[in-house]
Amino acid sequence: MSEGTGRKAPYIIPIGPTHPALKEPVMFTFEMEGEMIRDVDFAPGQTHRGIEWMGMRRNPVQIVHLTDRICGICGVSHTFAFARAVEQIAEIEVPERADYVRTIIAEFERIQSHLLWAGVAAHELGFDSLLHLTWRVREQSMDVIENLTGNRVNYGIVQVGGVRRDIVPEQHQIIEDCLATYEGLLSKLLSLFLDDRSIALRCRDVGVLSQKDALELCTVGPTARASGVNVDLRQDYPYSAYGDLDVRTILPDQYAGETRGDVYDRIVVRLLEVGQSCGIIRQCLDEMPAGEVTAEPKIAKLLAICKKASGEAIGRVEAPRGECFHYVRMEAQEAPHSWKVKASSYSNLMSWIPMLRGEQIADIPIIVASIDPCLSCTDRVAVIRGERRDILSKEDLHRLSVEATRRLQA
Amino acid sequence: MSSLPMIPELLRQLMRKPATNLFPAKYLPPSVTEFLQSVASGKAHLTPPVETPPRFRGKIEYQKDGCIGCGLCVKVCPSHAIELLPETKRIRIWVDQCIFCSQCTDMCPKGGLRMTDEFLLATEDRYEENLIVE
Ligand code: SF4
Ligand code: SF4
Repeated sequence: MSEGTGRKAPYIIPIGPTHPALKEPVMFTFEMEGEMIRDVDFAPGQTHRGIEWMGMRRNPVQIVHLTDRICGICGVSHTFAFARAVEQIAEIEVPERADYVRTIIAEFERIQSHLLWAGVAAHELGFDSLLHLTWRVREQSMDVIENLTGNRVNYGIVQVGGVRRDIVPEQHQIIEDCLATYEGLLSKLLSLFLDDRSIALRCRDVGVLSQKDALELCTVGPTARASGVNVDLRQDYPYSAYGDLDVRTILPDQYAGETRGDVYDRIVVRLLEVGQSCGIIRQCLDEMPAGEVTAEPKIAKLLAICKKASGEAIGRVEAPRGECFHYVRMEAQEAPHSWKVKASSYSNLMSWIPMLRGEQIADIPIIVASIDPCLSCTDRVAVIRGERRDILSKEDLHRLSVEATRRLQA
Repeated sequence: MSSLPMIPELLRQLMRKPATNLFPAKYLPPSVTEFLQSVASGKAHLTPPVETPPRFRGKIEYQKDGCIGCGLCVKVCPSHAIELLPETKRIRIWVDQCIFCSQCTDMCPKGGLRMTDEFLLATEDRYEENLIVE
């Protein structure tokens, strides 16, 4: 191709919208020069499901269970943020014990999410044995979550005004066992990830995001912290039980003595946060006050309170990937007047561009994964031009496939 | 071996039993319901599942007799999985649409709804008899 025109670069590589190298659906267009990425653009919006639209036709008691399903990993962050917004509008005071239960679940969520991410990162580096090991140890936190909430993924524990289940003394033991396991494992995990030569070779100084870029792009969560930005809602804007706890931001220089803002630093921050979360949960268990876990146990009454409420509020929580933000406006009606979700990945996606520029094709999977993107939470809009979209069943797909073959044969 | 810390771990792993429980069988059957039927008739062998935790939220159970047809469960169901039948003043639950939130069971003034431990519901037919509770 190049011989005819005498022009070699740049050429375009599209990756996506769904591609095995990416764990999430997003459309990348890379402008390449040899193996090197000269520039990159991306288009999200491939997994929009219209949850906000559904929410605006439902009452807050129903919506909390929809919010559980905005993300497949953060089963509590979205509900937590949404409930906090509604509670502010309806002036519902959440009992202190409920705050502690919410905090404990949120921290378990951080543990399982960071371990899940660490496994994915290992897999993207081709280190599948480490993936399997990480995901095996992750199971214990999933088991605890299942025991506390009744489900592994869609916890359904938060309700406007509090939580739906208390943590009873019999459950303390399994929580304690789980924390002890992770605290014992942490140094091993740190060593497996950070002392490994191949991981260091692939991640050190790869996908660098400078502190300046991180600030300018409003990056949040571990992605920002790995670039040395001191942000953590739990520290800067303590909500729920975090006001009583002393949470300090984890920055990579606490481990390695320096901050480079590369993929390696992102591993450092997330693994250290697993240890931090264990400490927070332990502190919560020790200090949890007795009392009710919900401001209004009667759902019919709760619905009536919400129906009277009007006003607007935002709920913010520090999700495993960074700040999760819900805006709700209610106008004394059953359903909210408007509801807007800004997931943490939304703030982080733009940081892909400086990270990817100048890197190699082979580094794309790990750099893309390094911000722990969650596109299903992020996608709030989809553009469809004229085409009709319906549910295609297995039979439909089979029929379409047969028709395609016939067309080719004809 | 400090630069290859995974090696000793892998060697240790060789001695351990696999962590995965091969449920329901070594290879996933296309329809779990059909597979369970063939297990019942002794044609297939089932590897038992990991136990469900206490207060697990599985397939819904409905006690028709106590129901007063108040429709409160319909009002709180986030996924519109419950239908109030006007003729009989009783409800019908489309389990394929249910998201197992257990909000209806919390809401029912008569305690006629309950979450069971049953979770083996995967199938390709959303209107299967097993998935309609009334
Ligand atoms: S469990 Fe939830 S989704 Fe299922 S029928 Fe009851 S309220 Fe509806
Ligand atoms: S809430 Fe209970 S009593 Fe009322 S309709 Fe539903 S099942 Fe029947």
